[in-house]
Amino acid sequence: MIRVVLPAHLRTLARVDGEVMLDVPSPVTQRSVLDALEARYPMLRGTVRDHVTLKRRPFVRFFACEQDLSHESPDTPLPDAVATGTEPLLIVGAMAGG
Amino acid sequence: MSSIRLLVGTKKGAFILTSDGKRKQWAVHGPHFGGWELYHLKGSPTDPNRISASQTSSWFGQVIQRSDDGGKTWSPPGTKPEDLMGLDGMPKGESNMFLYDASAETGKPLTTHQHYDGSQRPWEFKRVWHLEPSLTDPDTVYAGTEDAALFKSVDGGTTWKELAGLRSAKGQLWQPGAGGMCLHTIVLDRAHPDRIFVAISAAGTFRSDDGGKTWKPTNKGLLSKYELPDPEAEVGHCVHCITMHPSRPNVLFMQKHWDVMRSDDAGESWQEISGNLPSDFGFPIAVHAHEPNTVYVVPIKSDSEHYPPDGTLRVYRSKTGGNEWEPLTKGLPQQDCYVNILRDAMAVDSLNPCGLYFGTTGGQVYASADAGNNWTPIVRDLPPVLSVEAQTLP
Repeated sequence: MIRVVLPAHLRTLARVDGEVMLDVPSPVTQRSVLDALEARYPMLRGTVRDHVTLKRRPFVRFFACEQDLSHESPDTPLPDAVATGTEPLLIVGAMAGG
Repeated sequence: MSSIRLLVGTKKGAFILTSDGKRKQWAVHGPHFGGWELYHLKGSPTDPNRISASQTSSWFGQVIQRSDDGGKTWSPPGTKPEDLMGLDGMPKGESNMFLYDASAETGKPLTTHQHYDGSQRPWEFKRVWHLEPSLTDPDTVYAGTEDAALFKSVDGGTTWKELAGLRSAKGQLWQPGAGGMCLHTIVLDRAHPDRIFVAISAAGTFRSDDGGKTWKPTNKGLLSKYELPDPEAEVGHCVHCITMHPSRPNVLFMQKHWDVMRSDDAGESWQEISGNLPSDFGFPIAVHAHEPNTVYVVPIKSDSEHYPPDGTLRVYRSKTGGNEWEPLTKGLPQQDCYVNILRDAMAVDSLNPCGLYFGTTGGQVYASADAGNNWTPIVRDLPPVLSVEAQTLP
């Protein structure tokens, strides 16, 4: 199972506490994780990436294994530690005042 | 006895303020959706407990919320209570999907507009600025968006479809104002059910007489001397707000970027009515619930100095439909006041005497239970107020 940590506002929207566990078929990529996330939690569609273009929203970041993966291709395999569930994929609201 | 419910949208959540008909004691409920910008909330005229809300964030985009119990509980439309129960319970629906319509059925409307630098930019959805429930059907709601477009839902906000003909009204010449290119005002007309007025910054006002299929610019008489190369251009004006009294649907009042304006022919032509105002810059404009010739504005010093002239917060009232204005100051700060009042942040109730309300960027919500003669703050320390709507409940 893939572990995903959502930012607080999206946990509220999806009405979940703590980490989200997702069954994601291989290869585990940003795209496949987000596809699974949005299938499980339809209200998150449009909040992490655009409805149509599926591009990451500008103020959203993807972190894992102490790396910023935001600018990786959505089809690049995520680190093994994420794919095996050892480490979570963190979906983060970018640090910005407001 | 009647009661009042104020729906207050702020930069960090929504608040609901309630009072009995005396409008002296108020209860403050909230925040709802804390941390999100609540651009606008509005109740259905036919079912006041049905309230639609625009919840938005620069980080996570747009969410539409709906309450069917007067604001006590909320869900994204399309979610039934049973959807939320159990281990797998979750909100459903795609009520946050606003897709611009470029299909052949709607005449393939324009897909680009003018940007600040004169180049053409594609329409990109950013947020919902204003929600306007139908006057007759609680399941029908209109949404004004940035980038400017008008959307309609006929299923209580569960799905949205653009009324794309609006963008054919010289959309290639529309451009963003300082707050973005937003459709911020929607006025429905009970006397002419197929008539809709909208106002866009910075494009102007537009009218449809066929339920939103086709539109025409209605900006004749507007003069934007320092904002447009052609001051009398057909479109491009930065209209801040328009309003109408339901008993006199051909008379519209407008607060433009600069100038307060009036139309007596449903927007076909406009005349300036700024008269003796200390400044004719401002954002909101409202009409008395029972006196269609009584109009309210809140003058702001200038387009860059978004605070009241002389640091004194004054609502101005005209009982003559414009030109002759009197300051209303009792109970409002008369020194060192440098707040702004945004375009959707003033409202009237329909009690007698008429109640008047406005919220400030300093987080105060002021109320008058006597048509503006005397004011008191209901609450002083909310986040910056983006919108205020008043519901008069039986």
